[in-house]
Amino acid sequence: MLRKIIDNIKPNFQKGGKFSFLHSSFDAFETLLFVPNKVTTTGAHIRDSIDSKRAMAIVVIALVPALLFGMFNVGYQHFLSQGETVDFFTTFLYGLWKVLPIIIVTYATGLGIEFAVAQMRGHEVNEGFLVTGMLIPLLLPPDIPLWMVAVATAFAVILGKEVFGGTGMNVWNPALIARAFLFFAYPSQMSGDKVWISGKADAYSGATPLAEISSGNLDIVSAQEMFIGLIPGSIGETSKIAILLGAIILLWTGIASFRIMFSVVLGGLTMGWILNFIGGESIWTQVPAYEHLLMGGFLFGAVFMATDPVTASQTGTGKWVYGFLIGVIAVVIRVYNPAYPEGMMLSILLMNTFAPLIDHYVINANKKRRLKRAKIVAEQTI
Amino acid sequence: MSKEIRLKRGFTIQIEGEADKSLMSSTFKIDSYAVKPTDFYGMCPKLLVEEGTVVKAGTPLFFDKADERIKITSPVSGVVSAIVRGEKRVIEQIKITPDEQIEYIKFGEPVGAGYDLSSQTAEQIKSKLLESGLWAYIRTRPYHMIADPDAQPKMIVISTFDTAPMGPDYDFIAHDQKLHFQAGLDVLAKLTEGKVHLNIHEELTRDDVFLYAKNVEINTFSGKHPVGNVGIQIHHLDPINKGEVVWFVNPQDVIIIGRLFLDGVLNATKIVALAGSELKRTGYHKIVAGACIKSLVESNLIDDATPRYISGNVLTGKQILQDGYLGFYDHLISVIPEGNYYEFMGWAMPGFFKFSFWRSFFSWLMPGKKYVLDTNYHGGHRALIFTGQYEKVLPMDILPMQLIKACIIEDIEAMEELGIYEVDAEDFALCEYIDPSKTEIQNIIRKGMDLVKQEMS
Repeated sequence: MLRKIIDNIKPNFQKGGKFSFLHSSFDAFETLLFVPNKVTTTGAHIRDSIDSKRAMAIVVIALVPALLFGMFNVGYQHFLSQGETVDFFTTFLYGLWKVLPIIIVTYATGLGIEFAVAQMRGHEVNEGFLVTGMLIPLLLPPDIPLWMVAVATAFAVILGKEVFGGTGMNVWNPALIARAFLFFAYPSQMSGDKVWISGKADAYSGATPLAEISSGNLDIVSAQEMFIGLIPGSIGETSKIAILLGAIILLWTGIASFRIMFSVVLGGLTMGWILNFIGGESIWTQVPAYEHLLMGGFLFGAVFMATDPVTASQTGTGKWVYGFLIGVIAVVIRVYNPAYPEGMMLSILLMNTFAPLIDHYVINANKKRRLKRAKIVAEQTI
Repeated sequence: MSKEIRLKRGFTIQIEGEADKSLMSSTFKIDSYAVKPTDFYGMCPKLLVEEGTVVKAGTPLFFDKADERIKITSPVSGVVSAIVRGEKRVIEQIKITPDEQIEYIKFGEPVGAGYDLSSQTAEQIKSKLLESGLWAYIRTRPYHMIADPDAQPKMIVISTFDTAPMGPDYDFIAHDQKLHFQAGLDVLAKLTEGKVHLNIHEELTRDDVFLYAKNVEINTFSGKHPVGNVGIQIHHLDPINKGEVVWFVNPQDVIIIGRLFLDGVLNATKIVALAGSELKRTGYHKIVAGACIKSLVESNLIDDATPRYISGNVLTGKQILQDGYLGFYDHLISVIPEGNYYEFMGWAMPGFFKFSFWRSFFSWLMPGKKYVLDTNYHGGHRALIFTGQYEKVLPMDILPMQLIKACIIEDIEAMEELGIYEVDAEDFALCEYIDPSKTEIQNIIRKGMDLVKQEMS
């Protein structure tokens, strides 16, 4: 039925048709509804059931626990700060009402640009933005003005991705580019203790655990509270339970790299321990290593951002190094640069930059092994 | 020293339709045979026959312009019925209508079990193989072409097991042909100063023909596909460096070579597996190389079949028509359904019945289940995004993503450094299968190899 309608209007969008300039967009919608009937002509005759859409959909599904919890928490923090007690449903609805517009604006802006660029290049529309568009809202505070969301998303998609050649070619994680853009362009909306609770009552302290420590208050929030996540923070980052659920989905399906996730955590712990051991004047050095994992966006970054295959190291060994350094640098930034309590974002962007360099050394090692072998053989034959 | 090599990486495609291990009765009549020059990579064929020429089994049909010693001969006796040309007048098929009874050209006296190769020099053996056209069964790595008779291979490798989906069982094929197989091995041993490596699989290889073969080095492998590929095996035995050459021969072709030396004729009778989910009955057929598959499959299709016929396995084989012909190097005919249908919201469904390397479909709940797999792409072509996945199905010390990219940008130096001499397109078939971006990886690697070869010659 639906298939018939599509088949009827399809000629209009193909070469020579009235709307042939909209070819990419039509194709995107058609393939969204129907997996194409294209059969193999060269190479392997059978192909795996997975495609780019499925893989991206899995990442989005993995983000859903964090998203739902984030929505609830936005409502929860709001009513808590107001001193009101309301039922679960009202709480969630408030969060939904706050978060949904951010998601819609992100997707509308980002997909609009993606479609336009695909059209210009004559490509099919890549699905990468489905994930980016879900990540960006989860990295933001709930009361962010929507126009800022639109500007940041556009900045991220155009300058963070399309200028490099589109999906698969970008150097930095686009979602983090969006967040970094907002962080530096509109710091008052992205940091401090005012922004993390939606519609906060003035008298109520709305500082995140990171901010509390920066202002010298250790142990205000317990590890257990940070783990559960009913604390102020970016929409998606607060509940470690929800993030770990996502991590399980990503690892089980094989979509994300275990090496990266594990080594980021290991790097954070190692650096945390070292700093505990060295000590120092900063109160930050007294933060137990494991609490670094529970604070701020560390875990969210480790699970969803560092593992982005496009911007991470591509080689197996490279992934260990890349992840470990992200963990180390995130903690170092937190401890030694109190102006930027959220070190995870900068740490991942920094390592995105160095990922090709790490790969370069891993690849060279592989080449050298081969060269050495060839030389030994050559010597023997002489 | 024999080696034992265990490989962990790899993947078994759970495809429905593996050939039943029984020889099917040959009541059918094959009324056409063909030799396809396109089966030989990089060959420039020059015809020696024309339509109407009467040939015997062993009569040369064409030779390679680059090396006139390399001839391809007719597998049967009869009359050349047609020479089919394709685009740019490329010779695609030389069709032969067979006689009732095959007449053979004599390449020597039949000696049977009492054969003695010790009096023959390598040169004599080579010229006999070249003259009979059986030299073409000896292929070379790198480049996967017919071996250069003047080259000095550092070893000859025979893989006695096929791990590809629905791959033929050489235990079954070679079971009654011990004498000829051993003779073939003895012939090959004469051709190299290195060793002849006979590679067996720890679990799959059970037949004495392979387990007790003499005059060879027997290596034991274990693991999933692609461990049966000679490329993977060579990489773990003694990887190919720039300038080195390794030869490889299929075990059934070894048997045919053995027949030449024992019986004095080119008897290209093969046992070929007929497999696939579109068939009513699967099994093994005794046919002569180059046979038309029509009579084997025609009345054997399931109802409402939409068959794709493949000479070879579903990962690396060539598509042929129903009245097409078995490829020169193939020992398997796969018949699987075409996948030219639309699937509503297919990417969003739970996928309990979708086979996948990834666990993104719920089919992981049923490990071991076999699936009818069709030729649908299951998605559109996209950018290369996922990393670290190809490595899981390529058990070699090779960086697949980097090598693929080097081939795409035609960077010959990088290709060499990353190990292009050690690989073949077929080794990347599984990478191509699991790839969510639906990139034609085998094509890319093949083009890379062609480019390197062009540059080197």
